[in-house]
Parts: sequence; C-alpha cells; structure tokens
Amino acid sequence: MHVPDGFFDVPVSVGAGVFAAAGVAVCLRGARRELDDRTAPMAGLVAAFIFAVQMLNFPVAAGTSGHLLGGALAAILVGPYTAVLCVAVVLLVQGFFFADGGLTALGVNISLMAIVTTVVGWAVFRTVTRAAPGSRRAVVAGSFVAALVSVPAAALVFTALFWLGGTAPIEVSSVAVAMGGVHLLIGLGEGLITAVTVSSVLAVRPDLVYGARGLARRLVLRTADGEVEVGEQEPAPVRAGLRPVLVGGALVAVLLAGFVSFYASSAPDGLEKVAADKGLSANAGPHHLEDAPLAGYGVKGVDDQRLSNGLAGVAGVGLTVVAGGAVFYAVRRRRRHQDRAIA
Amino acid sequence: MSGGHHQLYRPGETLVHRLPPQCKLVAVVSFAVAVVATPRECFWAFGVYALLLGAVAAAARVPAAFVARRMVIEVPFVLFAVAIPLIGTGERIEALGVSLSVPGLWAAWNILAKATLGVAASILLAATTEPRMMLLGAERLRLPRLLVQIATFMLRYMDVIGDQMRRMRVARESRGFVARDLRQAPVLAKSAGALFIRSYERGERVHLAMLSRGYTGEMPSIRDLSASRRDWGVAALLPGLAFVAALVAWSLP
Amino acid sequence: MTAVPLPVSLPDSLKVSGLAYAYPDGTQALFGVDLTIGRGERVALLGPNGAGKTTLVMHLNGILTAGHGSVEVAGLPVRKDTLREIRRRVGLVFQDPDDQLFMPTVREDVAFGPANLGLKGEELDRRVRDALDKVGMIDAIDRPPHHLSFGQRRRVAVATVLAMEPEIVVLDEPSSNLDPASRRELAGILRDLDVTVLMVTHDLPYALELCERAMILSGGVIAADGPTAALLSDGDLLSAHRLELPYGFAVPAHPH
Repeated sequence: MHVPDGFFDVPVSVGAGVFAAAGVAVCLRGARRELDDRTAPMAGLVAAFIFAVQMLNFPVAAGTSGHLLGGALAAILVGPYTAVLCVAVVLLVQGFFFADGGLTALGVNISLMAIVTTVVGWAVFRTVTRAAPGSRRAVVAGSFVAALVSVPAAALVFTALFWLGGTAPIEVSSVAVAMGGVHLLIGLGEGLITAVTVSSVLAVRPDLVYGARGLARRLVLRTADGEVEVGEQEPAPVRAGLRPVLVGGALVAVLLAGFVSFYASSAPDGLEKVAADKGLSANAGPHHLEDAPLAGYGVKGVDDQRLSNGLAGVAGVGLTVVAGGAVFYAVRRRRRHQDRAIA
Repeated sequence: MSGGHHQLYRPGETLVHRLPPQCKLVAVVSFAVAVVATPRECFWAFGVYALLLGAVAAAARVPAAFVARRMVIEVPFVLFAVAIPLIGTGERIEALGVSLSVPGLWAAWNILAKATLGVAASILLAATTEPRMMLLGAERLRLPRLLVQIATFMLRYMDVIGDQMRRMRVARESRGFVARDLRQAPVLAKSAGALFIRSYERGERVHLAMLSRGYTGEMPSIRDLSASRRDWGVAALLPGLAFVAALVAWSLP
Repeated sequence: MTAVPLPVSLPDSLKVSGLAYAYPDGTQALFGVDLTIGRGERVALLGPNGAGKTTLVMHLNGILTAGHGSVEVAGLPVRKDTLREIRRRVGLVFQDPDDQLFMPTVREDVAFGPANLGLKGEELDRRVRDALDKVGMIDAIDRPPHHLSFGQRRRVAVATVLAMEPEIVVLDEPSSNLDPASRRELAGILRDLDVTVLMVTHDLPYALELCERAMILSGGVIAADGPTAALLSDGDLLSAHRLELPYGFAVPAHPH
C-alpha cells in the first residue's frame, strides 16, 4: 500500500503529514511508558522484525499476492504505542534508505499503515479480549479478528483520502470496492498469520505478548526447603491518560475543520430548511458582524475558496479550544480553591 | 513492500557524497515538494526536474543504469497509472482503437511523472549518503531522538534478522515446503513467531549489554556534524532551481 | 602458572547462595546453586548443553531475577537498586558478539561504556585505546563491527567490557566458533588479563589451559568443584555429567 509522490494532492498530503506527526509524537511518550529505557533497542529490534516479516508474501487471488502489514501484530505483541513507532520507523527507513514510497507521501503512508492499522487492530483486539478476559483462546481469536479488520479499515481510510484529494479521476465507489475487496482478502491472510504468530509466541514466551498480560500462571519452585510459589510479576498497567485523547481530539477537529468542511454539503441544514419552508427566513436580516474577518466561514483576503475555508475552520477550532480551555481552567482553579478551603 | 531490499549506498568521494547529510535530506524533501506542487500541464517543468536530477547524478557519479534498476520498485504503481486512462471517468477519446479517458490520461501522466521523479531523487539521496550519516543528519534536523535511536537499532540489526529469516526459509524449503496458497500460511506464521521471539530476545540482550555498560536512557553523544553556509548553498541548488521552475509554472496561465 | 597469593581482606569477587530459577514456560533450570570465587582467580564453569550455565550467568548481573537465593559481587548484593554498580563490576561477554556490538563503529562501541560512566574527551579516548590494545584490535577502531570477522568481533566484545574496568569478567563460551589461530590469540589475551575470570565453556582443553579451578554445573546444582586438572582426570566424574575429553586429548602431567 506504499503510496508514491503525486498520488494525492497537496492539501491531503500535508494534512495527513500533520496527523502522522502528531500521532507519532503521542506514541513517543506512550512507548516510553510501555517500555521505559528499553524502548530504543526493543522497538528497533521489533521494527527490524516487522521489516523482515513484511517480506512474507502470500497469494490472495489468481496472480495477486499480498504481504503482511504488521500493525495489528505489532500492537498485540509489544503494545499499541510502540507498534505505531515501529511501523512508522520502518516506513521512514523504507522511504529514505530504499526509495520505497514517496517522500511527500510519508504522511499518508504513516497515517494509513502505522496509525490506522495499529489503532483499529488494537481497539478490536481489546474489545474481543474484554469480552472473555483471562482466556488464551480469546487472545488468539482477538488477534485474528483485529488483524482481519485492520487491513480493510486502512483501505477504507485510503479511499476516504482518495475521495478528498486523489489525483486520479476514478469513481470513488470503484476505488472503495476494489481496494476494499482486495484488502479484505489480504486481511484474511494477515488475520491468519497474525493469529498463528501470536499463538506460537504465547506457547513459548507468553510474557512477551503485551496483549496477554495477566494470563501467566503462577510458578512453583522446588528448592531444598520444599516448594516455593512465585507469582508472575504483573507489569504496571499502562494508564493512557487524558492527554492523548485531547491531542487526538484536537487533531481530528483540525482535520475536519481544515479540510473536510470544504466538502461538506452546501445544502441548507435542518434549521435553515425549516426556516425557509416556513417562510421565516424572509425576515432574517444581515448579521451585524457580516464584515468581520472570519465572516461566512472564510478568511478575508484569501481568494482561494478551499484555502480560505480551511483557514477559517482551523482558526475557529483554535479559538474554541482556547476559549473552552480558559473556561475549563478557570473552573478547575475555583474548585481547587474550594477544595483547599475545605481541607 | 515485498521483495529483497538491498542497501542503495554507493561509496564515493564526490561533492555530493561529501555534503553534510542534513543538507541533502532537506534538499531532497524540498525538491519532492516542488515537484508535487507543480501543475501537471507544464511538461517543460518536469523536463527541467529530470535535467536537474541528471546533473546531480552526474556530479555524484551514479550511473543511469543503477538508478533505472532501482526504480523497479515503482512498477506496481506504474501498472496502476497505466490502467487509469482505461477505467477513468470523464470525456473520452479514441487512440489505437482503445477508448481512453482524457482526465485519466492527465492523471496517469501526473502520477507517473511525479512518482518517478520522487523515486529518482530518493535513490540519489540513498546512493550518496551512508545510512549512519543519514541518521545523524536527521538528528541534526531535530527529528525526535528516540525515533533516531530506534532507527539506528533497526538498521544495525536488519541484516541479522533478515539473515535469520533466510536461514529459516532455507530450513523450510530443504524439507520440501512450498508456499502455494493461503493454507501454507500457518507454517510461515510459526516461523514469524519464532523470528519474533528471537528478535525480541536479542533486543533484550542488546538492552542488557547497554545496561551492562552503564546505559541510563540517554545515548552518549558521539560525532559532531556541522554544515557550513557553503554546504547549505550547494545543497540548495537542486530544490532552489526546482522551486523557481515550479513558481514559473504556477504563474503561467 | 601458580595462583597469585590473595590478600585476605579483599572480598570475594563472586558469591552465589542457594540460587533457584524457573523459565517463564515453567521449566525449572536451577535447583540451588552455591559457589564462591575469590579475587584474581580464573575459574571454568563446565557442564553439558542445557545444564543451565548461561541461565546462571544471567543472574550474575541481574538480567534474570532469581526465584530464590542470592548473588553478591565483591560484597555488593544483586538487587534492583544496586544493578547499575553491579553491572559495572560484572563484565559479561556474550556468546554472540552481535548482541554486544550494537554501535555503528568499533570506537563507539568500546566508548559506550566509559562514556556512560561520565568519561569524555582525552580520558575517554585513552580508555578506548587501552582496551583495544589489550585485545589487539586497535587497527579496527574506526571500522563497523559487521565488517570484522567473527574472531575479531569477539575480541572487540571483550574490549567493550574491559573498558569498564570490571571486578570480574564472565565469558560465555569464549572459544566457540573460533578458528584455531583466533582461539590461540584469545587465550593469550585472557591469560594476560588482571581481573577475576569466570569462563563458561564446554571446551575442556581451553578450560584446562586457562583456568586453574573448575566447577561442573549439572542437574541445576554445582556437582563438582576443584582444580581443573583433577576434575578432567576423573573419567567417571566426567561421564556422569555428559562431559568428555576430545579424541586423543590427555591431561598433561604438569599443566601450566
């Protein structure tokens, strides 16, 4: 799925680049919490593993072969944050050292193959294993489903990006069907390989499967003094914390406001339609802030429609975040004062 | 991406080889941006870009055949690009008895031109920059240190892991295994599982070797790579001229 | 070569008491290991494949945490809070030099340790050169490790550890995969070292050549402990623990 230069237009490439950079930044901190000072060598070795494993070709249909993407597998084996970093590093190395994948398309490639597959894969995996906690079968089954879903999910996002800014005049529905179809088959292969890989690792070194923490049995040591039971030390649960949610949410908001909004339907929204139907809008006068810099969801002075809209959207999000943040902060301070007064 | 990856670096002592890596990285990425931002109708601009790359290749003494061979990586997208005029929407014309979409032809040209130029530029970068230097350059450019460290370990051990995988494949095939269809996937997967365990354990041992020698989480700094203004100036030639061409292309009706 | 008389006041380089351990998949490997190694001694740890020698060694610098028992290095117990110092004192040379040579050049690999201890500039450079001199690899200082032969990598790996100035150097199968010339070169290097040496090996002649004392690890415990020549001359003892002298080899009447 490595996208070359020129496949997507500039806004999509840049937008995806911003999203990818932010995602990687979030995962840099998360990975440190997952692995601590082991992050560099462990993630590096796992990245080398993913690189090697991506060379595993399996035939999917007559003449076509798919290869393992590895995002879901990596997430289940080493945790989601580290997995994103590993695949991202693999893509960066492939781009710069092997000329594989366009340099301007790195944003798209990392978003699709490092972030989407890993996040979707991990989310699906957790859903399945939460339904049957403590079960080894659930871990393996979860691995299968997670990997299976992650691949077409990436294909779906690819299609969405294509609809937003693909440079080829092909019906989006055709792209969706073709990409989705092929990647469903690839997903099957990926699911199978992921499940069996996780299962084989579980059999020998269950402590190496991040997704199976808490499954370990208690050990018995036979010593000269008799039998001593040694409990498996549970690694500290990784608390995701609020920040990734905030950053992720902000990013999505910016992306939506900055780019997707332009493509939003220009048909009147519910309220306007009703107003028009009921003849209420005849009484609507011009807004008294009509001449403001951001009026009409555009930026005064920027002529290109799309850019103008996009900038306005981003500015809007920014102002909202600042305003909302200020309110939130003010409220929290007040509460703290109150708490302190009580204590 | 499947297929064998061989390192692209060709040792040499040319001007291009000697440029500090951070300059080359910025130059190639900027060049790629200029290319992608160019409107597709301006054929001449793409000709200029190709000439620029040719000049770099000549300066770096990288033979055209080398670049051409390594561009084979592009092949899947070439096939896709060729298919676009056949399946594209919009107004159609007849050529050689085949109905082709006009926007499709434009799109195919757009993708082919930009992707090819991008790949060629990347190949030239990789051919003239040692992997280690490339990472040091990235660090200079303030790429997050952890990412650079991960990449360092990945590069150091890529061959070792790949080697292990090859040995496992030889072992499988010596026992008559042939991957024909999806049913053989479980065998491949079990090899992958074994490979993961070995990779992970090696990672643990490497970490341990690092700890054994006093590692506390921060890699000690080693080499100092500074780029002079002249270096930046030379490196800026490629993207600079490309941007000029792009701007001219944009300003033309 | 006779053992150097040891000053009584120096603590033992290594003291292991009642060490027991089981792998994550449940198999128990060590069933209570007791051993003591004094400063300046050169000791060989013998035993068949699968006896748990490497597992034992990994407890010496805290890679593995014992399920039961304790390890002390020059008086300092191996615990979570002492790991950093323990790891400076115990120089572990792995069987696979690729695990240990993780930097892009030899210089950087050997410098890694002392640099982490805070050495810089002149002093760091001197440490690196001294260590490489001791192993005879000074000429390879700026080359990448994967350009070196296996034997050369093994020597550089020893240098990376020597640069830390450890209390005890533990070598895991130092002579494995070495051609005869490399083997001889490495023996010369080890003989000239001024530290305590623990050598895990099943290369019995090498053990006899370099170590005046040997221990046999078998069945997860220390089954024998004594002068190397005496152990290797005891045919019954050797065969009871799946050890054999190589074809045609006989213990010389006066080794060293």
